[in-house]
Amino acid sequence: MTRWVLALGGAALCLAGCGDKAQVLDHSKKAGEASWKGAKNAYVEPGWKAGDQKSWEQQVHNRAQAQNEYTRTGGAK
Amino acid sequence: MARMKFICDAERCIECNGCTTACKAEHDVPWGVNRRRVVTLDDGIPGEKSISVACMHCSDAPCMAVCPVDCFYRTDDGVVLHDKDVCIGCGYCSYACPFGAPQFPSNGTFGLRGKMDKCTFCAGGPEENGSEAEYEKYGRNRLAEGKLPACAEMCSTKALLGGDGDVVADIFRTRVMTRNKGSEVWGWGTAYGKPGENKPEGSKS
Repeated sequence: MTRWVLALGGAALCLAGCGDKAQVLDHSKKAGEASWKGAKNAYVEPGWKAGDQKSWEQQVHNRAQAQNEYTRTGGAK
Repeated sequence: MARMKFICDAERCIECNGCTTACKAEHDVPWGVNRRRVVTLDDGIPGEKSISVACMHCSDAPCMAVCPVDCFYRTDDGVVLHDKDVCIGCGYCSYACPFGAPQFPSNGTFGLRGKMDKCTFCAGGPEENGSEAEYEKYGRNRLAEGKLPACAEMCSTKALLGGDGDVVADIFRTRVMTRNKGSEVWGWGTAYGKPGENKPEGSKS
C-alpha cells in the first residue's frame, strides 16, 4: 500500500512539470488583421461583404465621398 | 489599395472641437490622453487659423524608426499602428513625432507614464477585428466595420477629411478650384509657392 502511494505521489510530481507554462519574453509583434476581413460585432455597416477586399474598398470609397459636399448636393463638378 | 490619410482645411475649421469629442467618445479615451486636438494660431486675432491635429500616419514614420522595441507596424492601408503588448512606454516616439501624436496616460498612483496611445485612424490594433480585447486597448475598429474615422465623419464643416489619400486630396482640390482659389489658401503657398515668388534654384514647380 505504501509503495502504491509513493509511486502515485512520484508520478504526480513528475507530471506536474507538464503543466508548466513557458516564461519566455515574447517580443514578436503581431501583424494585425486586414480591415477588409470585417469586424465580428454588431456595428458593421451594411452594403458590403466582409472578407471581400474589393467590396470593402468600394464601401470605403463611397463612404469617403459622403465628405464631398459637391457630390452630396449635386452641385459643381 | 487604399492609402489612408487625413487633410484638414484650415479655411473651414471653426475650432468647435467636434473631432476631439468624437474621438474621445468613440474610443473611450482616458482623461489626460488626447489622440486628436485642435491647434489655433494667432488665437483671438482677426485671421486666426485653426487646424485639427493627430497622428498623420506618415509614409516614412519617424516613430517607427526610433522605437527601440520595434512595436510599430503599418497596415496594407497605410495606417501606422502599434502593439501595446510590446511597447515599453519609453517615450522616444513622442520626441520623434513632429505632430505630438504619441500620448502617455498618467493616471497611475505615482504618475506612471504607461504604454503609448495614439490615433489609430479608427483601425484598432493587432487583436482580432472588433473584439473586446481590441476595444479595451485601442478603441473601436471602424475601418473593419466599413466606416471611416469618427473625427472626419463627425466634422460639421467638413474641414477635416479622412480616407483614401487620392479621394480626400481630390475632394480638397475640387473645393479649392471650384471656388477659384489657389495660392492664397492657407498652407497652399507654403507647400507649392506663391505666384511671382522666386523659387530656389533646382526646386520643382
